[in-house]
Amino acid sequence: MTALIELDRISRTFETPDGPITAVDAVSLALESGEAMCLVGESGCGKTTTGRLLTGLIRPTSGRLLYEGKDVWKTKGADLARFRRAVQLVHQDPYASLNPTRTVYQTLSAPLFRHKKAHSGRQALASVNELLKRVELTPVENFVTKYPHQLSGGQRQRIAIARALTVDPKVIVADEAVSMVDVSIRISLLNLLLALGREFGVTIVLITHDLAVARYFAREGRIGVMYLGRVVELADTESLVGDPAHPYSAALIAAIPEADPDITRSKRRVELRSAEIPSLLRLPSGCTFHPRCPQFEAGLCEVKVPELLPIPGGLQGEMREVACHVAVRERTSERAAVTA
Amino acid sequence: MSVLSVRELSIDYLTRKGPVHAVRNVSFELEQSETLAIIGESGSGKTTLAVGLIRLSPRGTKVTQGRILYTKNGQTSDVRLLDDDDLREYRWAECAMVFQAALNSFNPVITIWEQFLDTARAHGMKDRHRVRDRSAELLDLVHLDAKRVLPAFPHELSGGMKQRVLIALALMLEPQLVILDEPTTALDILTQRSIIDLLRQLRQRLGFSMIFISHDLSIAAELADRMITMYAGRVVEHAKVEDMFYRPRHPYSVGLLRAVPRVSGALGSVASIPGSPPDLMRLPIGCSYAPRCPFVIDACREADPPLLPVDTPHHEAACIRWQHVAGVLGSDAEVPVAEKLA
Repeated sequence: MTALIELDRISRTFETPDGPITAVDAVSLALESGEAMCLVGESGCGKTTTGRLLTGLIRPTSGRLLYEGKDVWKTKGADLARFRRAVQLVHQDPYASLNPTRTVYQTLSAPLFRHKKAHSGRQALASVNELLKRVELTPVENFVTKYPHQLSGGQRQRIAIARALTVDPKVIVADEAVSMVDVSIRISLLNLLLALGREFGVTIVLITHDLAVARYFAREGRIGVMYLGRVVELADTESLVGDPAHPYSAALIAAIPEADPDITRSKRRVELRSAEIPSLLRLPSGCTFHPRCPQFEAGLCEVKVPELLPIPGGLQGEMREVACHVAVRERTSERAAVTA
Repeated sequence: MSVLSVRELSIDYLTRKGPVHAVRNVSFELEQSETLAIIGESGSGKTTLAVGLIRLSPRGTKVTQGRILYTKNGQTSDVRLLDDDDLREYRWAECAMVFQAALNSFNPVITIWEQFLDTARAHGMKDRHRVRDRSAELLDLVHLDAKRVLPAFPHELSGGMKQRVLIALALMLEPQLVILDEPTTALDILTQRSIIDLLRQLRQRLGFSMIFISHDLSIAAELADRMITMYAGRVVEHAKVEDMFYRPRHPYSVGLLRAVPRVSGALGSVASIPGSPPDLMRLPIGCSYAPRCPFVIDACREADPPLLPVDTPHHEAACIRWQHVAGVLGSDAEVPVAEKLA
């Protein structure tokens, strides 16, 4: 079965006055219909650029973006328009992404007219009402004539999601979509996105720096961890948070403060060899994590770039992937020892 | 002995449409070397309160009632009544603040050394050599290399380094009390961790009291001895950190705790709080949380409940239904709310 949308060794380099920066380096990722997955990483890891590559908003420097098996950057006309409708982005900041001079109706009806999904005001209004119900902004009469400033942060983000839904997308990429809303309502927004996946088979990629949010959102899916432009680990969520294979994932999970005093105060730290994040302008050789990695092996890690390779230990006997020489060796030999 | 005692403090913002009651009748005590976390969402009044404590409220703000009593060497004074000289002494020398959006709190056109010099001069430390030694000592304390950091401009430092420098600056005059507004919010996980560990170390070594303001419950779980939950400008619950996390008695605290998923351990029954906070200009009659509260009864809409003592010691909740909350959650095991409700 071919994936719905796929990144095939995609890279993107930006030119800066100080030299080229490779924000995303040979990332491969395949998503099925209806899948909910998360990309996590710290600032500068390339997760947002990956989201923009996935939505076709920026052209890759190399590699391919495939939608239903076709190379998007080689399609034109109707095929390209179909991709544009099928893949939508929800931005982080609903205060900035909604036009402040447009009412909810205007914001939501414009794409309906543009894509000929509505031919009259009455049709558009009916669709807008339907969309508002889908994002649980009811009674709808209270919202259609409102301007963004009259809505709360959470309500605005719901409008942003409704706008993405106007064109019946197959894939939604939500970049830090809940980071700016209050803690108390984040879960309801995540639930809304998850429901879209369940009910309409929409594939949702949530990009976040918050591992707890990622764990909740992708609890039945996968998490990809990014570091300096590469995916360093990709696994089903429970395996990843319960038994991280990459030393960087392990360090993140050990470092994250938890909303539980007993757990958080008794967490065992993973000591890194260096706290400094290398500059993207001067990336370390070999594995880019090697100057900080507690499992560093001289002669191996700084020499050879680790590929993202399958290892055993995923949920229900499935494979998971990690880009680490040491983890691949140990986890594969462990398995060999057990079977022997 | 309390370092700080806040009594029935109320702060309004005066607007054209009328006063916004941002902080309402807030009281609490802070002991020597104690860490208090004030938790609440945007609009709960936590930042207004923090800024009010050092009298830095913006124009158009009015303290309508209450006292802020500060005690040093057995002498107590009301911060609200300090004259300009004493106020300057109180700010920074006694009580330092690390602001939210810390990364923008530097003057971008002067070096870190000049920022130290500025702060020192403003408080009468004129001897450059002494300031130089003190800055080096402070930067060492926050694990920064003074030789590298002092000549740098703010933009040359990473977010975590800037936050460390600000903490160092706050400690310059050995304050008894440090107020931190969202100290780790814009930082990455590993940086956040290092700042938390640093604050814990510094508190142990220097023995200052801390108040930190955050919407992030996990920072409170890491650092706080006691916690206050604020809602619509009021303190709705006040408890030791373990009691707040494992035995909360106000439905809003319960809702907030349940809204935050964890990475380790069971996920439990995570859920959002329905509805949104009230308009602070038109507060509902009775309990301001009543419109969102799953435990609500008619009596809740009649009068705003005072803070009531509950079943664990030194623990108060502004809820007439706290027994019902206790009945649902129980009071024994150290189990987080989301798991108890699962």
